[in-house]
Amino acid sequence: MKNLLTSSALCMALPMAAWAADKPETLKIGMTTFLTGSASVFGVPARDAMDIFVENRNAEGGINGVPIEVTYIDEGAGAEALTSEFRRMADSGGAEVMLAAISSGNCQTLAPLAEDLKVPNLMWDCGTQRIFEEADYEYVFRPQGNATSEMLAAVAYLLKTHPDFETIAVVNQDYAWGRDSWEIFHTALEVMKPDVEVVGEFFPKFGSPDFSTEISRLQALRPDVVLSTSWGGDLDTFVQQAFQRGLMNTSTFVLPLAESSLERLGNALPAGHIIGARGDHYFLHPERREDEDFTSFMAQYKEATGGIPVYSVFHASQAFAALTAAYEKAIADNDVDWPSEEQLLAALDGLEFQGLGRKLHLREDHQGVESQLMGTSVQTGEYPFATLENIMIFDGEGLLPPVGEESTAWIRTLDAGFVDSLSVETYEN
Amino acid sequence: MNLTIFLLALFDGISYAALVFIVALGLTLIFGVMRILNIAHGSLYAIGAYATVSLTGFFLALGFAPVFAFPLMLVSAVLVGVLLGGPIEWLLLRRIYDKPEVLQLLVTFAVFMILEDVQRLVWGTQPYFQASALQALGNVTVFGVTYTVYQLILLPMVAIGLLLGLRFFLRHTVIGKLILATTEDREAAQSIGIDAERVFLFTFTVGAVLAGLGGALASPTTSILPGMGADMIVLSFAVVATAGLGQIGGAAVAALMIGLGRSFAVYVWPEVAVLVPYLIMVLVLLVRPEGLFGSPVARKI
Repeated sequence: MKNLLTSSALCMALPMAAWAADKPETLKIGMTTFLTGSASVFGVPARDAMDIFVENRNAEGGINGVPIEVTYIDEGAGAEALTSEFRRMADSGGAEVMLAAISSGNCQTLAPLAEDLKVPNLMWDCGTQRIFEEADYEYVFRPQGNATSEMLAAVAYLLKTHPDFETIAVVNQDYAWGRDSWEIFHTALEVMKPDVEVVGEFFPKFGSPDFSTEISRLQALRPDVVLSTSWGGDLDTFVQQAFQRGLMNTSTFVLPLAESSLERLGNALPAGHIIGARGDHYFLHPERREDEDFTSFMAQYKEATGGIPVYSVFHASQAFAALTAAYEKAIADNDVDWPSEEQLLAALDGLEFQGLGRKLHLREDHQGVESQLMGTSVQTGEYPFATLENIMIFDGEGLLPPVGEESTAWIRTLDAGFVDSLSVETYEN
Repeated sequence: MNLTIFLLALFDGISYAALVFIVALGLTLIFGVMRILNIAHGSLYAIGAYATVSLTGFFLALGFAPVFAFPLMLVSAVLVGVLLGGPIEWLLLRRIYDKPEVLQLLVTFAVFMILEDVQRLVWGTQPYFQASALQALGNVTVFGVTYTVYQLILLPMVAIGLLLGLRFFLRHTVIGKLILATTEDREAAQSIGIDAERVFLFTFTVGAVLAGLGGALASPTTSILPGMGADMIVLSFAVVATAGLGQIGGAAVAALMIGLGRSFAVYVWPEVAVLVPYLIMVLVLLVRPEGLFGSPVARKI
């Protein structure tokens, strides 16, 4: 009887859901980010940036007069604490939208949970391409690229700038990202440049403090190219140790995440190595650095943190831009004061938005199409660390498999002509 | 595997073993004398590294030469021992020597957790890198492979120096003999007038200095970041357990085994390199549960 009552009540309520919702006092957002642990090199800057975005927006009256309030959940606290906090925020905490997560593992846990809880979730920083390729989601969106587009951009840049290299070795962290990113990179190389020989594959443990043995081994192997998709302290240690021992003079390094280590590496990153940024993210973005919104944010960020922003800050800006754009669009499209969840989801479908980089849009599988910036390190003396030259910004569209296709299978259908088929803009610096 | 590769793996293994040994030395000394497995050793290692980086950064900014980093390592290690090691023994451990081992383990683990957060509070979460000391010594090329003098020569020399120095100290100085006597039989030592409390305080401080020194010596080679202490305590515990708890010479042998095992694995079968220290530990403990050099009855240092 009770069930019957509840379901009749639900049936009565359902048609209402399509109507506008009441304007809330504040728009509550829950954001998962690493505040502790090694990935806090991304999480803490992203939080600092998010605070700035929210403050700026609220100073202009929030969204349709509703101020935004972000609550941060620490991803470093472990998967169990994270899921229960996520559930609490979405259920009783009153969060209308969640932003989760940085870690691919956490995205894989939280995406189905968001679907269950029926809370819109923007996967704002995690890289795994698997999520939308393995399942369909109604409530989950990704306002950024994914590992496939990031790795293909790195391969394309390498092939464009070093077309004649013959041997490659890889030193990646021993966890999902290290393994997956190498699989994509390797598969792409096999079809686009089949004569390349892989002379060494090393997967030192995550958080390894010492790469001396790998570096000795690499010096004996003398590969033309050394790939490492590592990040944070691992990447810093690897590059520093390789630099100290002269390995960077004999091999070209391809470091698709090194934009986030530029400032910390200082003069230990010599000229001539390939740097990526997980998207078009760079504090001197050639197309954006003159823009007023860009420069004023850089100044605000510098004042708040004393540093330059890394890619996670750009990802946070994209998530925030997607969020505000979706609310504005839903409000305008439906001519309401505040959108219902359904109206918000409808607005997110195919949404166009712009953070600190180029414009992005969401595809029908909810995957974001994000441009990819790659460059070559150079020590100009203008900054106490390496900056980029010979920058290429690849359009994101060509770097993603068509909707519904699986990345590795799609990459296997490509060939050497792929690199030339990409739409790319080149800048001296 | 040809001779060159064999030698390269040997060099890598030795320099890695040297660093692990220095940290394990303090751990095993404390255990040998006080029968306490000090988990907080890992934090003291990390704080030694952080302190070195901060001090070196500060003095280099004042215009001192990079060579100045070496005395600063010693200063950091002593600071760790005196400011942290001493108080930990005096305020906490002294009260729990008679308590069950599980409780002792929990207390040092608690100290470890507290110190981990203290590091985060003081130094934040961003990695630090300060390699002036290493760069000051330059490189040496062997078989076409470049090594840093710091890792290939200095670290093993410091490790050997500490091993010999500690042996000499324990066997041929009065304080060393007092420590040995207290280790052998605390009650008998007290009955002939040895102040066991002071011996314990001294030993723990020396152990903490060694942990700090390990961190200080590691600092120019690696990123200093939260969590580095946890990794090191696990590894140095593997060394100490393989050697037999309290065995100083044994720790040197075990560190070498683990260091060489790991570096040869990177050359032969990189996939298992992470596992090697623990495989060695398991194999040794299966055959000799008391460790390579441990004796099942009385523990001696």
